[in-house]
Amino acid sequence: MAGTPLRRPRGTPLFSLEKVSKHYAGTDAGVVALNQVSLRFEPGTVTALIGTSGSGKSTLLRMLIGLDRPDGGRVLVGGKPLLPDEHLALRRRVGYVTQDGGLFPHLTARDNLALLPRHLGWNPERIDARARELAARMQLPPELLRRYPAELSGGQRQRVAVMRALMSSPDALLLDEPLGALDPVVRFDLQEQLRQVFATYANTVVLVTHDLAEAAFLASRLVLIHDGSVVQDGTPEDFMARPADDFVRRFTGAQRRLPQA
Amino acid sequence: MKTWLIGIALLACTASASGESSPRIGSKNFTESIILAEILRLDADQHGLRLEHRHAMGGSAILWKALLEGDIDAYPEYTGTLRRELLHDLPENAGDDALADALRTLGIGIGAPLGFDDSYALGVRQELADSLGLRTLSDLQAQPGLRYGLSNEFMNRGDGWPGLKQAYGYAPSPLRAMDHVLAYRALASGAVDVIDLYTTDAEIVRDHIAVLDDDRHYFPSYQAVWLYRLDAAQRDPRFAASLRDMAAKVPLQAMRNMNAAVLLDKRAETEVAASFLGIAGMMPIEDGLWSRLWRHTLEHLRLVGISLGAAVLLGLPIGILAARARRAGQVLLGITAVLQTIPSLAMFVFLIPLLGIGARPAIAALFLYSLLPIMRNTVTGLASIPAPLLEAAAALGLPHRVRLLRIELPLAVRAIVGGVGTAAVINVGTATLGALIGAGGYGEPILTGIRLGSVPTILEGAIPAAALALLVLALFEGIERLLTPRGLRLPARK
Repeated sequence: MAGTPLRRPRGTPLFSLEKVSKHYAGTDAGVVALNQVSLRFEPGTVTALIGTSGSGKSTLLRMLIGLDRPDGGRVLVGGKPLLPDEHLALRRRVGYVTQDGGLFPHLTARDNLALLPRHLGWNPERIDARARELAARMQLPPELLRRYPAELSGGQRQRVAVMRALMSSPDALLLDEPLGALDPVVRFDLQEQLRQVFATYANTVVLVTHDLAEAAFLASRLVLIHDGSVVQDGTPEDFMARPADDFVRRFTGAQRRLPQA
Repeated sequence: MKTWLIGIALLACTASASGESSPRIGSKNFTESIILAEILRLDADQHGLRLEHRHAMGGSAILWKALLEGDIDAYPEYTGTLRRELLHDLPENAGDDALADALRTLGIGIGAPLGFDDSYALGVRQELADSLGLRTLSDLQAQPGLRYGLSNEFMNRGDGWPGLKQAYGYAPSPLRAMDHVLAYRALASGAVDVIDLYTTDAEIVRDHIAVLDDDRHYFPSYQAVWLYRLDAAQRDPRFAASLRDMAAKVPLQAMRNMNAAVLLDKRAETEVAASFLGIAGMMPIEDGLWSRLWRHTLEHLRLVGISLGAAVLLGLPIGILAARARRAGQVLLGITAVLQTIPSLAMFVFLIPLLGIGARPAIAALFLYSLLPIMRNTVTGLASIPAPLLEAAAALGLPHRVRLLRIELPLAVRAIVGGVGTAAVINVGTATLGALIGAGGYGEPILTGIRLGSVPTILEGAIPAAALALLVLALFEGIERLLTPRGLRLPARK
């Protein structure tokens, strides 16, 4: 099954959310993470979910591959509700990168990359060829693949994490604050590389970030989430030119003031 | 009766692993019982019947249970113990026939008395007895001036001194309570004139003590007899003949001398029994130190190895399940923690009815003790894996089995190996107690040494046990180093 895209009718989004709600456990109706959110993620589009921390954007991302479950509403994959026994198959077709990379410390970078492909039955030659190809794309010296995560810098680790997500040419790439833990210089370089990867990658990309400039640089569509609801959904230009309300104005304003401080 | 004097026990089967079908006899954990069993074994051997003798298996309760369960086919017992401790339903005034009948309903036969009575008695220095003409307990009536040194137990038991004094109508006399062993010293040094004793005590020989005759038959009789399983005697007529051969075989004085030979002259029970039978020259040569050490080491490793292996095979999967299902895991850990609090001796006794005597119950007990550290460390190791890593593994789309084998277990391997190592070291120590129920190992010389008061014999077990514990510790440190993935040993880089 490796390499076979998920079957879906033409024109159907890979992921869509229908009136999805989420409350945090233990707080009854207390903290609302998501409140009746409906969204579609189209192939070939890079979408950035932005918002303040705790706005529910990470929860939303995690729901797409079943790492979190909605309390209300539905998550549709290829137009059909996501069933628990389909989680594994779906996750193999979706790359997922987190802020700390999630590399396994007991495995070398190369073995981290090989985990899923090996399980999918790839031979070592194919795994290494794909790893070299991605290393070139992410500008990572291939000899570093022999190292353990503890022997890599933060930027190198995130490069490997992105490579691991891309190994089996997934149908979608989900990134949760992938550059959040990096220092500004490394972050700047990696933003550039991510943009190139996204540009050559025709499938669905969903990126979570709290940095508006990064979102605008990497994504063609921004979705601003505040207090569990979508406040504005549009292009970066829409956000600047036609902010939906005061909060959007303040959010974009706060970000723009930063470089001048 | 010497069970009160010597608390602890020893030794497993004789060196020779005898054939499957040969009758098994047991002995209690004191010299007299072991000598009696060796006499039977050697005597049977002379008639071409091999018996397996399980040395010093424990106290009366353990031997009695082992006999009823069929773990052993015979052991030497005392009629007083039977009446007072083992056959509670027997009326107090039941005669010998009633006793035999009660035993028969249990499938147990009772042999003819061996020829001596191991009972309470009073003793005086031989020269004092000669000078005062003391022969019986009644003779003490006329000697109110004698000083008594009595053991605490004897002085306080209703059937001890208070009853004795009444039965013989003794006048009040100077009386001191003292430890039984010290009483012998006090008697020898002339500090007291009369002490209580057991009729077969070795010291009677050493200190030239006159044992006064219980002419009014105040003390209950503790005649030595063989108890045996009726089915075993029926199956093997030669075994039955050997048991019959023991009737009136051992006079009181001979028993005293043999106890003295072992306890005072430090000779081996087997050798003493062989001398008694007059076959000392035909005795097989005793194992040398190194071959004994080798045998104990093999036995010990077997106890530790099998129990630990089984605990890993079961504890690891249970630990993995417990880490996944927290609530059930807490319950399981709770159960094993309770098991851990059961004292080893009690655990052995619980397991004897289920598994009999010897290595099996010891291995089972060690297995149960090993479970907790292995399970707990497995749970701890798995639970301490950072949540983001678990989520990253889940997000990759790998099935549970692959995640467990390729990611979770390697990340938890240090804690798991540490738990197995802890269990192994505890096992090496606890396994020495296996000798109490005839499991062999390093505990065998330790318990023999305690029984005989021989420090070199104790060290013959204690030193190798300590060395093995250190070795096991080092071994598991090595295993941990070997199994810990290199990536986990690296210091994190900025």
